[in-house]
Amino acid sequence: MIKFLIKGILRDRHRSLFPMLTVTMGVMLTVLAHCWITGVLGDMIDYNARFLTGHVKVTSGAYAEKIDQAPNDLALLGVDSLIQRLRTENPDMTWVKRIRFGGLMDAPDEQGETRAQGPAIGFALDLLSDDNSEIQRFNIQKALTKGTLPDSSGKILISDEFANKLTVGPGDKITLITSTMYGSMAMQNFIISGTVHFGMKILDRGAMVADIGDIATVLDMENASGEILGYFSSGLYNDGKAANLAQQFNTQYTKTDDEFSPLMLTLADQNDMADMLMFMKNIVSVIATVFILAMSIVLWNAGLLGGLRRFGEIGVRLAIGEHKGHVYRSMIAESMLIGIFGSVLGTALGLGFAWLLQTYGIDVGELMKNTTMMMPTVYRAHITDAAYYIGFIPGIISTVIGTSLSGIGIYKRKTAQLFKELEV
Amino acid sequence: MFTIIKRLSLSILLILFCRSVFAQYPSGADVLKKIDRNMTSRNRVITSKMIIHGRRGSRTISSKSWVQGTEKSFTEYLAPAREKGTKMLKLEDNLWMYSPSTDRTIQISGHMLRQSVMGSDLSYEDMMEDPKLLDHYSAEVTGIDTIDQRKCWVVELTATDKEMAYHFRKLWVDTVRNIPLKEELYAKSGKLLKNMDLKDVTFMDGRWYPKRMIFRDMLKKSEGTVFIVETVEFDVDIPEYIFTKAALR
Repeated sequence: MIKFLIKGILRDRHRSLFPMLTVTMGVMLTVLAHCWITGVLGDMIDYNARFLTGHVKVTSGAYAEKIDQAPNDLALLGVDSLIQRLRTENPDMTWVKRIRFGGLMDAPDEQGETRAQGPAIGFALDLLSDDNSEIQRFNIQKALTKGTLPDSSGKILISDEFANKLTVGPGDKITLITSTMYGSMAMQNFIISGTVHFGMKILDRGAMVADIGDIATVLDMENASGEILGYFSSGLYNDGKAANLAQQFNTQYTKTDDEFSPLMLTLADQNDMADMLMFMKNIVSVIATVFILAMSIVLWNAGLLGGLRRFGEIGVRLAIGEHKGHVYRSMIAESMLIGIFGSVLGTALGLGFAWLLQTYGIDVGELMKNTTMMMPTVYRAHITDAAYYIGFIPGIISTVIGTSLSGIGIYKRKTAQLFKELEV
Repeated sequence: MFTIIKRLSLSILLILFCRSVFAQYPSGADVLKKIDRNMTSRNRVITSKMIIHGRRGSRTISSKSWVQGTEKSFTEYLAPAREKGTKMLKLEDNLWMYSPSTDRTIQISGHMLRQSVMGSDLSYEDMMEDPKLLDHYSAEVTGIDTIDQRKCWVVELTATDKEMAYHFRKLWVDTVRNIPLKEELYAKSGKLLKNMDLKDVTFMDGRWYPKRMIFRDMLKKSEGTVFIVETVEFDVDIPEYIFTKAALR
């Protein structure tokens, strides 16, 4: 039977070409949209996790209220013992201290007076210990455009664009002007060891990366830290696991009457990431539903047109005694085969285009000149396991729905009038 | 007819009453002139202590300032050790800072003048300028109130100079000593930015002057900053080199 139907589909192109093209196009778009949206949102979540939110983050309750401003005057104290406890209690996770800060970077002239100056976003990370996980997380080695990584205290990295703006480079002296944890003014000279291109407009405009030991001294934050970030060993965010961990931690450590007691936040609790995660979770069903609806309507119409064209064929089949249900079922089986062929072709094309977008990406840096969000400037698709099968869902369902709706007319044909209709 | 006459008489009486009430108030300009006579001078040299109350505790910073109107000001921080030796020079809208730890003189852009000094509730402008109110504001006396058991004029000021950090000010001015005992400082939008309580008003060098001022920045959750005047000299000879970049090092 299937062989018979396949022969019919292949030999009578009028019957199969338009529905198959429709399915191919729809499936290709489904696969491509899935890969693109997953890639873009995944990158945004990954960038946020690596640079800002961690998979979980521990701050003081007061700091958490104004977390966007990174208020170091409300930072956690006694972090060395806290991080030790976190490492003991959660040995399968990586825990790191971070200080985010703002300030002015000032490049001197020969007399030591201001030659160029600009506002900077600062990240204080562990750059000098044997553990190079933070260097990897910030992708600093690959992002380095000039010079080297800091190899001793007093050396920093600044973004390449910022260095060009201040006309400074590796080996030059630069002064950071900022505020200590207690609000006093702090000024400190550093040597630029290298420049980096982060690929994020907000950082490329003006960022500095320094060793956390140096910055803790400048900001009067010995044994203090704005944030402690935790990362799952898999490198992937797990919302359920993070929420459980945060709940357990907060029950044990957070005191309602002490605004400076530690508080754990999950990635979803920060930067409106919960909505993004929810969207990511539902994206497969959203895309499939949209394309099932759109393609079903198109294929319904195609089925109606095909039904009209095959009016005579169906009439003869009914006239020679084929049961209405059998004709209807064979047409649905035929449409399933068209759906499968179209889905295979559409998936192959969709994956091809997705691979191109995954490899080369789309640079939207020019559109993000003034953005203040932690977003990459080059967006890429991401081919997931689901991309290999997601297209089959709308591809097959829509052809079956389309044929089922258009084929209802078969049951309305009256056998008694068939010969009259067929003008035999 | 009788009703019309009665209404007219009442209106005239009301107008006369209002005139007599407002006649009790001095003009805003007069009040500002008297305040300026007490609070401002050709120049002043002031040694002060700032107690900054934060959410995590308090800290004290001592400094000495040489101030000449709104144009020139020089401040040297004396304590604590972390701040000692830091110097600031303000010439009109330009601000330079020197820190001994970096041995650098750094120019700070004009917008920083409205930022907090050392995490306090005072801005650089608050601390380093001595503006004559009459030159920058128009004023109207709008009522009488009592502050610290002293009768005060309530005076509302509107900036005539658009560069002023505080577009509106509301002052409670001691009617006898002609010195504000309380101030509210507003933005052009009408938002309350800061309030100030002026205490320990002392008679010195022929003028009344507050020796303790409590500033509260209403835009941040702070406990306020107490600015204590330890010594102050008015209209002294300040050597011109003080207001040069050379004095910073």
